[in-house]
Amino acid sequence: MPDTIADQGRDEGAYNYAYLDEQTKRMIRRAILKAVAVPGYQVPFGGREMPLPYGWGTGGIQITASIIGRDDTLKVIDQGADDTTNAVSIRRFFAKVAGVATTTRTEEATVIQTRHRVPETPLREGQILVFQVPIPEPLRMLEPRETETRTLHALSEYGVMQVSLYESIARHGRISKAYNYPVLVNGRYIMSPSPIPKFDNPKLDRNPALQLYGAGREKRIYAVPPHTPVKSLDFDDHPFEIERWTQCCDLCGSTESFLDEMIVDDEGTRRFICSDTDYCQERQEAQRLEAQSQKGERQ
Amino acid sequence: MYVAVKGGETAIAHSLDLLADRRRGDRDIPEVTLEQIDAQLSLAVDRVMTEGSCYDRALAALAVKQARGDLFEAVFLLRAYRTTLPRFGHSRPIDTSRMVAERRISSTFKDIPGGQVLGPTFDYTHRLLDFSLMADGERPIAPTAPVDAAQELPRVGDILEREGMLEPPPPADSGAPTQDITRDPLAFPASRAVRLQNLARGDEGFLLALGYSTQRGYGNNHPFVGEVRYGSVPVAFVPEELGFAIEIAEIDVTECDMVNQFAGSHEVPPQFTRGYGLAFGHSERKAMSMALVDRALRAEELSEVVTSPAQDEEFVLAHSDSVEASGFVQHLKLPHYVDFQSELVVVRTLREEVEARRAKDASLSALGQAAE
Amino acid sequence: MSGIASRDIAPGLADPAHDSQRLFRTILDAFSHPGRIVSLPDAPAAVPPLSRAATAFVLTLVDRDTPLWLAPAFDTPAVRDFIRFHTGTLLVGSESEALFALLTPDRSPLFDAFAIGTDAYPDRSATLVVEVPSLTGGPPLALRGPGIDGQAQLSATGLPESFVAERAANHALFPCGVDLVLTAGAELVALPRSIVVER
Repeated sequence: MPDTIADQGRDEGAYNYAYLDEQTKRMIRRAILKAVAVPGYQVPFGGREMPLPYGWGTGGIQITASIIGRDDTLKVIDQGADDTTNAVSIRRFFAKVAGVATTTRTEEATVIQTRHRVPETPLREGQILVFQVPIPEPLRMLEPRETETRTLHALSEYGVMQVSLYESIARHGRISKAYNYPVLVNGRYIMSPSPIPKFDNPKLDRNPALQLYGAGREKRIYAVPPHTPVKSLDFDDHPFEIERWTQCCDLCGSTESFLDEMIVDDEGTRRFICSDTDYCQERQEAQRLEAQSQKGERQ
Repeated sequence: MYVAVKGGETAIAHSLDLLADRRRGDRDIPEVTLEQIDAQLSLAVDRVMTEGSCYDRALAALAVKQARGDLFEAVFLLRAYRTTLPRFGHSRPIDTSRMVAERRISSTFKDIPGGQVLGPTFDYTHRLLDFSLMADGERPIAPTAPVDAAQELPRVGDILEREGMLEPPPPADSGAPTQDITRDPLAFPASRAVRLQNLARGDEGFLLALGYSTQRGYGNNHPFVGEVRYGSVPVAFVPEELGFAIEIAEIDVTECDMVNQFAGSHEVPPQFTRGYGLAFGHSERKAMSMALVDRALRAEELSEVVTSPAQDEEFVLAHSDSVEASGFVQHLKLPHYVDFQSELVVVRTLREEVEARRAKDASLSALGQAAE
Repeated sequence: MSGIASRDIAPGLADPAHDSQRLFRTILDAFSHPGRIVSLPDAPAAVPPLSRAATAFVLTLVDRDTPLWLAPAFDTPAVRDFIRFHTGTLLVGSESEALFALLTPDRSPLFDAFAIGTDAYPDRSATLVVEVPSLTGGPPLALRGPGIDGQAQLSATGLPESFVAERAANHALFPCGVDLVLTAGAELVALPRSIVVER
């Protein structure tokens, strides 16, 4: 008998590759294949408790853990940035439990786990974009009951969503939904694109990369295969449109990217910079090289 | 130049160091041991084991210590460990009539076979702060009546059932293997096995409030405590290679059989209905709340009108889990500046449009007045 | 595993965590790009009469939670022992109970009686692995749908005359339906239910 409870000593390093056990990975892998086979449909899966809180990316992490291998290069972003605390924390987790190479460069990554953004740099075939999803059900705020929403999806009965968008127009003169803007996948399922700004919705359409969506707390996985039509819902007289800024990025001058707004003094002075830190840095680097070479030519 | 606020590795590392430091607190005070937590904060350990759905006193004590006494966090720690454990199989159902009971009371009969056993309870303390505990208030060892481990304690429910006064336990789900809610996603309508698993893991405070609400008219059960018992029961397992059951452990559990509102019809004579609660360790409040909510959730099955939150299966089962709830509420601390920016852009646009309309209306009306 | 003499059973994945990860990613690539022929270089040796690809597919995705149905041609003691030993799966005699199945293309009708899911839960459906002589050299079929940029082509051999009509009937059930995987040698093609197949 051990003398004290602490003496019973438990092996801390006894975790499987990529944290999840093989049976769990197989279960998630099967769910992913079903999700790919029925684009936009939310496949229920036996989500596990993960070592970070629900709502903090447990769905995305379970997907990433089930697909990632030693040949992969992982990028993790939160709000478009690689160095926000939760992105750092998730990246560290995989570097530790899967020994995987990590990067901040969108181009170098084979697997990109993201919360709330799609990178500005266009993705290519072979890349996998893993979204962290808080509420996978696009109809949830209109109908809180799972039994009801499941029937609505089964019947393709999406009038409630159209009505809600129409009410928004009646009230505000335009569709006021700013993020988590609902989309129709391949003409069949209405899907939540996760809380990305609607600015990113057009990037989902016919993207050559594979999109996987994981909701850990709600235990759902869904997918958009490469090159699949993804249409943001709208009306003929109120076509879908994205956010625009009159400002450009203070750091790289981009007028094309999604901008974060910052309040920099007590007077409420604003600055705008790219939310996608990799995109912004790449542009700054390119501008620096350009400037150097021009300087070189003049000399 | 302004540099955008970024967290980064260093900030996290410092935060972890600070947390570990604050957990330890004043170094002049001896560190609390797991034995102390297990022995002297045993009800905290019981709750963490129950909601963590893992019967391991040492690990639960460790979780309480590591979580600085935050029991939600401790439950989460234990769950996150449990989920990585390999699964050998399922134990045989425990038989609580074989319980060696330390406490056992019924509020439906004055005397019952095996007797009423008060045991250790807060019920009749006068909630006077015991200042002697501020010093090293050593207690004499309490006298305990000899417990006859061989004596079976028939459940009050079973006695009532034999008479036909109480419905038999709702039938187990047809032959199919019992679903494990830690392996399979929740689907509605849920089986009774799934409901009870969910409630057993559910947050005590949530179940307490829901159970309470049924007593205040939000889905009345007319409950009586048929019996609450607390004590130890053996756990048996059938290894495939042996083919017969062997006892592998003894665990403490609290069980509550609630006897509720009678139902009946012209064909079926009226009888009382059941609500059931079970928790690890000594957790009476939890077991009783669970039994109330279990009964309330049988509304549809018993052809009652579903009018109240406690009777609403989706509402209860989807929101009972403290690990899910705590995670999702607290995730609001994560940055949402992209979504917020998105909303800012929309609200600004809407405001500009309203302003423009107002200005136009004002100038039109000014024109109109000028024309008059 | 009792009752199976393990010394007679061919080895499964040498390095389960990493081999199954690479195999899964290849299979995922195939599902994401219907019609694309992917090869499974890390596949373990075949267990005849199964191909290497079908053997690898089973080892990657089948386990005790997924009942498997074997076509009579594959229902040999060697195959049964191998699959039971390495996956722990339940081999079922009824098609409708299976979540995975290993088929020969001569079965007619090919997909009949397998689970297609329900409108509410279309995921509760079977994935069928059909072993064919070759994935190339057969009459070309045109594929359209999610995962395909425009149009893709499939020229597997050995598929029955009724294949296109059966596939069309399966697609018409969408979102219900079965998902197909064609295997030959160490190669594999996926045809999820979402894909339209035409001559």
